[in-house]
Amino acid sequence: MERLSFTYPAREAVARRVHVGVVGSGDLEVLLEPSADEDAHVAVTTSVEGFATVWKHVLDRFFTRFEGAAAIEINDFGATPGVVLLRLEQAVEALRA
Amino acid sequence: MSTAGERQRFLARPSFIELDARERACAILDPGTFRELAGPFDRLKSPWLPLQGVVAQADDGVVIARGSIEGRSAVVASIEGAYQGGSIGEVSGAKLAGALELALRDCQLGRPVRPVLLLETGGVRLQEANLGLAAIAEVHAAIVALRRHVPVVAVVAGLVGCFGGMSLAAALCSRLIVTRAARLGMNGPEVIEQEAGLAELDAGDRALIWSLMGGEQRVATGFADVLVEDDAEAIAAEVRRAFASPAGPPRSEQVETLIARLAGIDGEHPPEPAALRTLWAREA
Amino acid sequence: MGAAHTLHGIGLRWLEALTGSAGLLDSAPRTVRVADAPLGAEVARFIAIVPDPDNRFPRARAGEVGLDEALGLARQVRRTIAEDAQRGPRPIIALVDVTSQAYGRREELLGIHLAGAAAVDAYASARLAGHPLIALLVGKAISGGFLTHGYQANRILALDSPEVLIHAMSQQSAARVTRRTVEELEQLGAQVAPMAYDVRSYAKLGLLHRLIGGVNAAAPAPGDLERVRAELIAAVVEARAAPRDLSSRLTSAAALAGRAASIAVRRRLAEQWDAP
Repeated sequence: MERLSFTYPAREAVARRVHVGVVGSGDLEVLLEPSADEDAHVAVTTSVEGFATVWKHVLDRFFTRFEGAAAIEINDFGATPGVVLLRLEQAVEALRA
Repeated sequence: MSTAGERQRFLARPSFIELDARERACAILDPGTFRELAGPFDRLKSPWLPLQGVVAQADDGVVIARGSIEGRSAVVASIEGAYQGGSIGEVSGAKLAGALELALRDCQLGRPVRPVLLLETGGVRLQEANLGLAAIAEVHAAIVALRRHVPVVAVVAGLVGCFGGMSLAAALCSRLIVTRAARLGMNGPEVIEQEAGLAELDAGDRALIWSLMGGEQRVATGFADVLVEDDAEAIAAEVRRAFASPAGPPRSEQVETLIARLAGIDGEHPPEPAALRTLWAREA
Repeated sequence: MGAAHTLHGIGLRWLEALTGSAGLLDSAPRTVRVADAPLGAEVARFIAIVPDPDNRFPRARAGEVGLDEALGLARQVRRTIAEDAQRGPRPIIALVDVTSQAYGRREELLGIHLAGAAAVDAYASARLAGHPLIALLVGKAISGGFLTHGYQANRILALDSPEVLIHAMSQQSAARVTRRTVEELEQLGAQVAPMAYDVRSYAKLGLLHRLIGGVNAAAPAPGDLERVRAELIAAVVEARAAPRDLSSRLTSAAALAGRAASIAVRRRLAEQWDAP
């Protein structure tokens, strides 16, 4: 198990909180809520150790399209980068719904 | 499927099994009444899993939802089978027991609450062993006490099934609804194979497993009340029906009947599952 | 096998020691032993599960709670409730030494989960009917064995003895499932209290009403019996004065730390129960 944290600049406030996914095999859950400051913060807990660089790449990519000041908690049970992006996008979709 | 129309309806029906725990609770409650308690943002996580290097889920795999069923106050406890096999740890077990205890309190105060358990669990979470087992004993205690005030309705839909101490919880309920995909048993097939050997039970033999503990067999031999299709609307309708019709005496109280029907069984060579159906043909 | 057999006989030894009877009844299988004996100023009913190498169900021959055992418990406890319906409910003492539930194909086919539920139901019903229900852990209290025989008690007492082992799965099985050695499991138990098997770790969780020290579980001496009787009598008095539920397992001093999450979850549920 490994814990990682990332911070990204944000440009707009996040109005509500959303939860998607499950900490099941090859999957993850995302808890997204308003950030306490003006930045976006991501706290990752993952069952797979040694993939900090991959997480950074995935999140860099996500934050090129998402500018919300969100506090995002990710609890991961071995999801692939594709599934991580899918869940994050699903969370954003739920946020805008 | 005999006609194209039936086939189309079969394909169009909303699966219950494919829903996650939250969606299942939603499907049981009256539309628009779902309100989650101690949800993911309350972050009541397992204190024990991270100590053993296991990632914890924010709701510990149990969704507790208040709402109504046919306009009457209700609580649904729904287990997420995809997280740790639906296993019962300290937090998830306390959510189940705590919700039932509050429903009991309300019933005692003259405010009936309709309790529904959506069971999808392998039993005690091994990483939280004694606290999971203790919580299951508290779930048992709460069901027995609550059942005196209001029917306690359980659904085992699949795909995990319902095992371990939670299979006893299912058997304590006033009404038990299952699908063909459900399995209900005290010991999971893998555990039996490991403990007693392949000659006792081949856990990989799906047909054998379902013939012993599948939903259809359990209804046919009187261990469950209703067999439903994997259809969210049909399952919700059966739950409503369970509260609408008066429940008979719970099967776990039928001790002398159970002893009498077991007395005729050869302990070394019991009947095959199909023969047991005939022998224990369910009384209508 | 000799040592294992001795351990499995602990329940019977305590039944005989506390009641002077082996507790064989026509209405129960040889594995379910029931005897009455004075406890303070009243008579209490003692119940023990004992192994039977000739059990008609092959997977229940080593002290497991099988189909007949669970239904036998249910019948005896329900008879006790019925017998006492017109007089005061007497104390029921569950002497606990159970290796587990029976694991077998026959057991699943014939619905051991319902038999187990019947035992749980009977014990819980006895408690709700006002019987002070006391579990005394003298040996193993494992998994479905403990759920069906002891875990519905108002008060759980245990001997502070290495023979007393409490868990959701036997050490050997857990080692196989988790691919760890028994030694590794013991190390884990030392770090993670609910994973431990020993009774002192169990006491830290707050589920235990009393840990009785200095008693030889395998061979109780007369002085041991007097002390255990005194503890049982005290537990009966406390059970009669307390609610008929299991709430004492959440309010004990040890539970505040050992079951902090169990308490926190209930508090949160209560806060959010009614719509704002």
